[in-house]
Amino acid sequence: MGSPAETDLAVGLDAATARRLFKQMALIRRFEERTEEQYTRARIGGYCHLAIGEEASSVGAIDALAAGDCLFASYRDHATALAVGSPAAAVMAELFGKETGVAHGRGGSMHLLDVERRFFGGWGIVGAHLPIAAGAALALDQTGRPNAVLCQFGDGAVATGAFHEAMNLAAVWHLPIVFHVINNLYGMGTSVEQSSAEPELWKRAAAYRMHGERVDGNDVLAVREAAGRLLELARHDHQPALLETITYRYRGHSVADAGKAYRTKEEIQSWRERDPITRFGLLISERGLVSAAEIETVWQEVASEVSEAIDQALAAAPPPRESLYDHVYGDPATGEQFSRMRAGAPFGERGEEASWPT
Amino acid sequence: MADVTYREALRRALDDELDRDESVFLMGEEIGRFEGSYKVTAGLWDKYGPTRVRETPISEEGFVGAGIGAAMMGLRPVVEVMTINFILVAMDQVINHAAKIRYMFGGSVGVPMVIRAPGGAGAQLTAQHSQSLEGWFAGCPGLKVVAPATPADAYGMLKTAIRDDDPVLFCENLVMYNVTGSIPDDPGFTVPFGRAQVIREGTDLTLVAHSYAVQRALRVADRLAQDGIAAEVVDLRSLRPLDVDTVAESVRKTNRVVVAEEGWSTFGVGAELAARISHVCFDDLDAPVERVGSAEVPMPYSKPLERAALPLESKIEAAARNLLVECGVL
Repeated sequence: MGSPAETDLAVGLDAATARRLFKQMALIRRFEERTEEQYTRARIGGYCHLAIGEEASSVGAIDALAAGDCLFASYRDHATALAVGSPAAAVMAELFGKETGVAHGRGGSMHLLDVERRFFGGWGIVGAHLPIAAGAALALDQTGRPNAVLCQFGDGAVATGAFHEAMNLAAVWHLPIVFHVINNLYGMGTSVEQSSAEPELWKRAAAYRMHGERVDGNDVLAVREAAGRLLELARHDHQPALLETITYRYRGHSVADAGKAYRTKEEIQSWRERDPITRFGLLISERGLVSAAEIETVWQEVASEVSEAIDQALAAAPPPRESLYDHVYGDPATGEQFSRMRAGAPFGERGEEASWPT
Repeated sequence: MADVTYREALRRALDDELDRDESVFLMGEEIGRFEGSYKVTAGLWDKYGPTRVRETPISEEGFVGAGIGAAMMGLRPVVEVMTINFILVAMDQVINHAAKIRYMFGGSVGVPMVIRAPGGAGAQLTAQHSQSLEGWFAGCPGLKVVAPATPADAYGMLKTAIRDDDPVLFCENLVMYNVTGSIPDDPGFTVPFGRAQVIREGTDLTLVAHSYAVQRALRVADRLAQDGIAAEVVDLRSLRPLDVDTVAESVRKTNRVVVAEEGWSTFGVGAELAARISHVCFDDLDAPVERVGSAEVPMPYSKPLERAALPLESKIEAAARNLLVECGVL
């Protein structure tokens, strides 16, 4: 069981919130396990990065967002999408490359988004979305919105130049943004100690005269409390911050990595013993917020939800071939200009594209 | 119609758009109190203040990225990179992000951003500050790339770029900033993308160019005219989308074509045009498409060497004359 600080955070926690946080984490866990299985069945292609073990870091921080806040994430983003409330079926459909997916089959696993819920991706180049998220914060500031940006990324991003530039811009411009490093101890197979001269990543904030803080990333309430407090400072006082949450991915970097070459069995096991979902389940049942039986019901609910998502994704159609060129540009007139340069068109290569084999 | 410099035409376009649309703002190094390295933003910081004319640290990746994020939120940033050479440290933001976002996210969010990038050579700025890289970007789906050659087009196309819903790389040439020409007094004046312009009519050969090479091509046409040769000059204006129709129409008339550019010819704008022209005008050509670009060396400092490397009028003229000799016209 948890530390005294964790126990304190549970005081005042209501049953509905406890159930919601637990259910979101359970949904992510079940979704990711089934995603792994679907990948091995070749229904999902490309890269596929699972967040099993990191659920509390995603859910805790995202639960602290207020209406109108914006969210950015790395490519390990299935958990992000589910935590922000995107329907599991639309997320799974995207992984399956279907038209009903959140990006209509154009983005796949790494490029999920949900503009309606103000989740702006799902980005595939490590660290590069940090300046973009800072720009979103700039826009919130310039348009006088009382909101903030939560920008999540992995520990590997901290070594990029983009991290430095984004942190510096956020600080000199007093942007409403919380940079949230989800430190799972490894960037692919390289440990934080190997890659960062200051392995306590939160301390980097000091270089920008920014508030930095580290919390237990497997404690959903600790993450939620810290993120909530820092987002509030960002919204109202325009103080950007760096939040580090320490967690662990049970799986490898992606489905192509067993994750065992650079970690010991004992290390992985030691983190399983600190599993964020098991731990939160024990806490809320012991506190009488959600009964053990109710927790079992939640697991059944999320299992059904994920099964249903898979069924729907399987049944959905892929994007039609004639939509290949849709959305390269926003203006239809531009599309017409470019269409004249394609194969079969007046200034394109010979032959009709439709006749090419797929 | 008033005669203004290319620099003033750009400044007026920025002023018009800042005045017209609250969502437009400028961002870049030294664009405020310093009024821009090349003084294009002169007076705008005083007029619009530090929020709408935002000075940035030396952080191209950071502020190009920030422009993308602000554009995704619905603002219309005009980001100045001091020279196109400096965009290289922000290449990931331009190619991997700005160009991809609308498509990769299934059309649900766009990037209505302009990146202004002065480039070109001829002032002994040497290898790292003398490049014309627009051809690299013009091959990338999702971007639009324009390179106006006259004050009127600079004025009208910058306004079009700012009103466009997609990322536009707006290429200027440092040598052109003091070129003068008339621009309309109408703040509603715009010039559409993807429309090349026959800027001088002729029947003996076609000179195709963009940006400052257009000014050179016009002078070459003057010289050829002294020998009774009528050269037609096509100003591409826009590289992506590329108006092949206007080029092809001219080539069908003249049957001979020289493409001039300040970038390197290999894999350059001329290479793309040669492929398109050979495809659609194969039977109209009296000779293969001729290309003139910068010598394929990093730009040297020494003035005689720099001149030797540049696609000066003399080189374009020689290419044109050689072509005409080959075709039996001269």
